[in-house]
Amino acid sequence: MQMDGGQALLKALEYEGVEVVFGYPGGAILPVYDSVLDAGLRHVLVRHEQGAGHMASGYAHATGKPGVVMVTSGPAATNIVTPLADAYLDSVPMVAITGQVPYGLIGTDAFQETDTTGITMSITKHNYLVSDPNDIPQIVHEAFHIATHGRPGPVLIDLPKNITDAMNPDSAMTWKDPIPVDLPGFKPVLDGKPEDITAAVELMLQANRPVIYAGGGILKSRAAAELRALAEKLNIPVVTTLMARGALPDSHELNLGMPGMHGNYTAVMAMQESDLLIALGSRFDDRVTGRLDGFAPDAKVVHVDIDPAELNKIRAADVAIRGDAKNVITAMLDEIGSATSVDHTEWRSKLSGWQEVYPLAYEPAEPGGKLKPQMVLERLRDGSPEDTIVASGVGQHQMWASQYWKFDHAYTWLNSGGLGTMGYSIPAAIGAKAGMPDRTVWAVDGDGCFQMTCQELITAAVEKIPIKVALLNNSYLGMVRQWQEMFYDNRYSEVDLSGPVPDYIKLSEAMGCVAIRVEDPDEVEAAIEKANSINDRPVVVEFVTESEENVYPMVPGGKSNSEVVVPPFQEKMAARLEDER
Amino acid sequence: MKRSQLAETHTLAVLVENKAGVLARVAGLFARRGFNIESLAVAPTNETLSRITIVVDAESAPIDQIKKQLDKLINVVDIQELDGEHSALREMVLVRLDVEDESRVAEVEELVAGFSGSVIRVGGTQMMISLSSRPNDLDDFLGKLQPFGVQELQRTGAIAIPGIE
Ligand SMILES: Cc1ncc(C[n+]2csc(CCOP(=O)(O)OP(=O)(O)O)c2C)c(N)n1
Ligand SMILES: [Mg+2]
Repeated sequence: MQMDGGQALLKALEYEGVEVVFGYPGGAILPVYDSVLDAGLRHVLVRHEQGAGHMASGYAHATGKPGVVMVTSGPAATNIVTPLADAYLDSVPMVAITGQVPYGLIGTDAFQETDTTGITMSITKHNYLVSDPNDIPQIVHEAFHIATHGRPGPVLIDLPKNITDAMNPDSAMTWKDPIPVDLPGFKPVLDGKPEDITAAVELMLQANRPVIYAGGGILKSRAAAELRALAEKLNIPVVTTLMARGALPDSHELNLGMPGMHGNYTAVMAMQESDLLIALGSRFDDRVTGRLDGFAPDAKVVHVDIDPAELNKIRAADVAIRGDAKNVITAMLDEIGSATSVDHTEWRSKLSGWQEVYPLAYEPAEPGGKLKPQMVLERLRDGSPEDTIVASGVGQHQMWASQYWKFDHAYTWLNSGGLGTMGYSIPAAIGAKAGMPDRTVWAVDGDGCFQMTCQELITAAVEKIPIKVALLNNSYLGMVRQWQEMFYDNRYSEVDLSGPVPDYIKLSEAMGCVAIRVEDPDEVEAAIEKANSINDRPVVVEFVTESEENVYPMVPGGKSNSEVVVPPFQEKMAARLEDER
Repeated sequence: MKRSQLAETHTLAVLVENKAGVLARVAGLFARRGFNIESLAVAPTNETLSRITIVVDAESAPIDQIKKQLDKLINVVDIQELDGEHSALREMVLVRLDVEDESRVAEVEELVAGFSGSVIRVGGTQMMISLSSRPNDLDDFLGKLQPFGVQELQRTGAIAIPGIE
């Protein structure tokens, strides 16, 4: 079939089953946008290309299908650098299409020319600069294959204008269906080696204080059921990292919750005192390990990852298994058969002892005091459907959301873990809602983050993607303020957002949202109920919260996890409990 | 710096697809991950593949990590770490000298012959010389040439292929 490169691109996207593209047009991608009019897919017109990138990412995480972002060359391509880097660090399957100046002008500093493949080389899994429109079907097919196989990640395709422009003879091409991908340099290994599985199981059966350290890879590999089966079979407690929240229901008795810098005391200490860490799709990130030489000093390590470069990168493994988490855990379950692990009663009672003394907790507000952000999140959690999808920004509110939400379903927690991208939540929530229109989707955002990407609420209103935003307004760049309080002697430098502008209510209303401000604890529940009942447009609920609340527990940067700091009131309580014993 | 003075190095024979930008991907990876390249030589082997020989400084990162990160590049097809014993490893150098006194030309010719190098051209007191040998021999050779007034030199960096088992 004869067509031009622009038509071929849209046909290729349809061929890959793409239903939604998040994008923004411009000069170099104009011819492609002409074909968008005739294509059988939805295009969501964003207000800033960064938003399109995070939407594609949120869509991908919530639906399990690769997200697609399409933008023009130059400034638009550089505007998606942040979401590409974000998706790269969090292993999100994504395909980015960028326009490029005509092939013959590349290298001449033409209008809106940037070296897009060069700029994005280190933040994509792979990228392409297409020179021949006949290559489009196969390259698009390869891009989707690479983005979704092995360790997922973003792939970018840069399309020079001359090969997409119907008016340019360079764009003439003959459509041929792509052939199955066979890349000599890309052969993901899914199954672990049997001898390694045996060795791992042996360690697992004998460990006295084992902990499963479940990471985002569990979700990428869609192995939540297998994880649960493994934990239950051997009675092994599980910590779920920031990227793995929901991989095992928080209500499950074996789930200890989130470890790491702001993890709960029990999850942090369980890893510290463990004699065997079973790392499944996790990568010993510094936010989890704290100071590395003090991390889990007595633990042997079984490490399973589909990306062999993660094995032995940070922490040497006693058994390193290259493979897909789902396949490897299934093989482990087979290998275990009817064998049973040694008794963990002592270990489990140690853990529940910690849970009793150091639960996640905060001091309730004084009468007449401002809202406590943790209380707001608890109410929001309890007042929303249990399969609500939560997308968070970056900062204190992110940590509280991860701590206080109860994730009982996989793929209900979206956040920027690796890059820590402020402004992620609103566009990611829009992407998730576009892919899962029947689900309630809440963005939990900070006032700093909100001001970075709130313009996408216009997108949400216009495109009828009715997300809800819980804006935890503490009038500060709270996480930075907390560090300045704790480590810079209370010297607050450039963290004050107290305004008086913007007026978040007027701002949100101007963007087509229903907006509610809540200052009184007694109004929290009603506001949440109202927000949850509105389904025809986006809602912003501004919760005016306590300004100087700190996130606890906390492992101070550069310190060992054993030096985890619990909230001051809990310190006293724990001491009293100790005395009573 | 002489190769022999260097900390431990590893030689990687890397087969890559002949695609635009592949060298940038390899070089960029080394730069980004803080792996030090001692030398790098690249040329096509056939229509679809190129071979890159990279000598890396083993102190900058564990060789295992370097290989695994390289392997993640989609265009990298094969990586082999070569040992000096079985593999064939050669490097070439081109040197221009000005020996200043025509009587010394013969002296240099003798030195070059001793290393099985070749004199490409002689013009008055200026000489162009090439030698292809093991990198250590090149170090030796260049050391001995030094007193003869080296004006310009270019080493290729090592090239290597996996050897006979
Ligand atoms: C794009 C970007 N810029 C800067 C930072 C550094 N940073 C991390 S958290 C934070 C404060 C976030 O403020 P806010 O959104 O109000 O959330 P809060 O911590 O107050 O809950 C900052 C500035 C970042 N993570 N991302
Ligand atoms: Mg704030």
